[in-house]
Amino acid sequence: MSEHIVPVSLYIGIFVALLCLTALTTGVAYIDLGAFNTVAALAIAVVKMLLVVLFFMHVKYSGRLIQVFILAGALFLAILITLTLADELTRHWSPTPTGWGMFVPFLSRLF
Amino acid sequence: MSTATIDVPEVPTGSRVNYLNAQYGVKSWLFTTDHKRIALLYLVSITLMFFIGGFFAVLMRLHLIEPQGALVQPETYNKLFTMHGVIMVFFFLVPSIPATLGNFLVPLMIGARDLAFPRLNLISWYIYVVGACFTLYAVISGGVDTGWTFYTPYSSSFSHTSVIPTAVGVFITGFSSILTGLNFVVTIHKMRAPGMTWFRLPLFIWAIYATSIIFILGTPVIAITLFLLALERLLHIGIFDPAIGGDPILFQHLFWFYSHPAVYIMILPGMGVMSELVTCFSRKRIFGYSFVAFSSLSIAIISFLVWGHHMFVTGQSIYAGLIFSVLSFLVAIPSAVKVFNWTATLYKGSISYDAPMLYALGFIGLFTMGGLTGLFLASLATDVHLNGTYFIVAHFHYIMVGGAVMAYLGGIHFWWPKITGRLYPDGWARFAALVIFVGFNLTFFPQFMLGYLGMPRRYAVYPAEFQVFNVMSSAGASILGIGYLIPLIYLTWSMRYGPAAGPNPWGAKGLEWTTPSPPPTENFEEIPVVTEDAYDYAESTVNRG
Amino acid sequence: MTVHSAHPPGFAHQFEDMEQQREADSLGMWVFLLTEIMFFGGLFATYIIYRALYLPAFEIGSHQLEVRFGALNTAVLIGSSLTMALAIHSAQVGKRRAQVGFLITTMILGAAFLAIKFTFEWHHDYVEHLVPGLGFVIRPEWGAAGQHVPMFFCFYFFMTGLHALHMIIGIGVLTVLTIMAHRGRFTPEYYAPLEVSGLYWHFVDIVWIFLFPLLYLIGGRYMGAGH
Repeated sequence: MSEHIVPVSLYIGIFVALLCLTALTTGVAYIDLGAFNTVAALAIAVVKMLLVVLFFMHVKYSGRLIQVFILAGALFLAILITLTLADELTRHWSPTPTGWGMFVPFLSRLF
Repeated sequence: MSTATIDVPEVPTGSRVNYLNAQYGVKSWLFTTDHKRIALLYLVSITLMFFIGGFFAVLMRLHLIEPQGALVQPETYNKLFTMHGVIMVFFFLVPSIPATLGNFLVPLMIGARDLAFPRLNLISWYIYVVGACFTLYAVISGGVDTGWTFYTPYSSSFSHTSVIPTAVGVFITGFSSILTGLNFVVTIHKMRAPGMTWFRLPLFIWAIYATSIIFILGTPVIAITLFLLALERLLHIGIFDPAIGGDPILFQHLFWFYSHPAVYIMILPGMGVMSELVTCFSRKRIFGYSFVAFSSLSIAIISFLVWGHHMFVTGQSIYAGLIFSVLSFLVAIPSAVKVFNWTATLYKGSISYDAPMLYALGFIGLFTMGGLTGLFLASLATDVHLNGTYFIVAHFHYIMVGGAVMAYLGGIHFWWPKITGRLYPDGWARFAALVIFVGFNLTFFPQFMLGYLGMPRRYAVYPAEFQVFNVMSSAGASILGIGYLIPLIYLTWSMRYGPAAGPNPWGAKGLEWTTPSPPPTENFEEIPVVTEDAYDYAESTVNRG
Repeated sequence: MTVHSAHPPGFAHQFEDMEQQREADSLGMWVFLLTEIMFFGGLFATYIIYRALYLPAFEIGSHQLEVRFGALNTAVLIGSSLTMALAIHSAQVGKRRAQVGFLITTMILGAAFLAIKFTFEWHHDYVEHLVPGLGFVIRPEWGAAGQHVPMFFCFYFFMTGLHALHMIIGIGVLTVLTIMAHRGRFTPEYYAPLEVSGLYWHFVDIVWIFLFPLLYLIGGRYMGAGH
């Protein structure tokens, strides 16, 4: 599974991309995007993570098994965070039926 | 799944080199990397912990004979139930079947020479011992009184007992579980013999695989939780202290994210043992192999979605409670699949009542009771009445003791001839199984009554009208205690004086039975090639060993 | 599975051949990294919840940190990941001297990360009375949210501390690997220890990739953010 030899130029390319994304995420933090500052910061972090995982860690070239394992890790982490938040964010929530607006009070606390 | 290609040479046990007599001396055990020897190291250490934990239970039951308490101060009683819980859960039940039978059987059942990482396997035993030492130190240094759940803020801000040594002990032992689970997952994925496809694996392996997933994904969370608890207790930083903005219920979320799946760590391997026992002693293929296999995996996955049902009355959001309640009911489906499939396997089988089978039949009944009473607790409204009463205590003992311990003992009796090469006295073994069954029910059935009537758990005193049930329970506990001592005596006896067992005394299927008893260090002279499905009992209904 | 040859270097008896061993080693490390995901994940989950509960305090706390050091350290760690990947590449193509060189560079970059963290950041925080338990001072200009700012710093020190601990362990592992590489233990056929340690090193990098925005950038750094 690990016989695939990645050319050095690709490693360098990924490295440069990661540096650019670091500069980008730092720069974006200085622009007022409201709630989207957090979204942007996390989205860029996810992209950086994917670059490291796929190329530096060779997951793009490894077997299906390892890819499934990584997805399982992400899934269970998501379960931990989502279900805990399901309690923490709704603990004092009394919904009044006003359409989708009723979800705003607790979702806005995340961003 | 026997193999067509292998013939076991019939050599008398005495003259043949096996894993037990290949080397002698303390060093050969303490530095061994043989999975079979490590299994025995675990067997000795968890048996010791079992009897220490059992000792605390006996003291508790003696105390509760009198409504005002017959034996100890209330403070001491708090320590008794805490130490009983901590030792039994983290140092006996969690490692019980995986670390002993799992360690011994996984390579043998899949046709491998050892686990993928033998040294890691030995290290995990040492980690277990270090963790156990910390916890025993906590016992000696005055005990802990928080309950095995370490709920904050009592544990972090108020308790004056040895919370940190206990938490450190549990933290350390967690790494032993993680490494064992890691070893099993890699071994099962990468070390299967040629022809041993996933759907030819014994169902015990599926169960161990599912358990390992929980070890890997759940245990790290309890580790970080206990780490935070220890920091909070040392530095009072306020993460779990409501007085300075912390949320004590968050501790329960993180705690139960591991500890609810941990319940399935305890019961899933038992279910795996059950599938082996039921097929062997009814001489039939398992009914619905793939359903039983996948029910193990689905139990492992669903177990991570239900932890909030421990927190219905804590002040958790009612919306979260609703979600957790619905998800909790889902676990009943794969659990019921297993029970129905074992029962269907028994149907029209040629059943023999050897000692392991008695434990297996006990398991089916007791686990069903434990499981069904769990549904009471998963429903929001009923739980408000039953939460924190003896009903809960009875419910989880029906699963943990009636289920996991019965399966553990059944498994030990089933594979004992393979492990030691010796037979134990069958009459005593059947007698002990009956004593344990009777003692267990007498101990815990009255506790359902007590809980339903409203007697809270973890109290050192109780109103006089509850005394009849309490005395029944204590009487049952003494029978149960004797029931556990009998196997300890005759199994120890059999190691030296028992008649030699052949390679396959039960006429069972499975690669482990194709090796001599006890197996040689390398397990197989040549790695077998598997050509048949699991539990191929169709043609061999009569040739019992 | 192929017939195994007489004992290739690094071959363990329980395996059938080198290919099986290499796959097992790699899978084993990935499974270990899964446990690490959940280990850090529990901490991240706790952080997210308290951040939701005390968002203004967390933004104030975040603004006490210096973005330039966080960004610089991110670049340093990414660089160390590159050299780690290149060290493995050198083993794959059988260049021993390059292997040793890249491993040493990786260690130097890791040490540089820790040096920046400890001297420019943690020490600075201590001088500024921002370490909970070591004379933390709640400043009046933080207003009502100020009482929960120590909570942010608790998480900051836990998370960066746990990350730094992983870095230190990683540097220890790299030291052993460098010695092994220097003795020519790794060949294009056998370099599993290098490969699995690389996975670990990259994982620690990824943890930092998330810690940087979560701790340094939350709520934006523009004028008036969070106030």
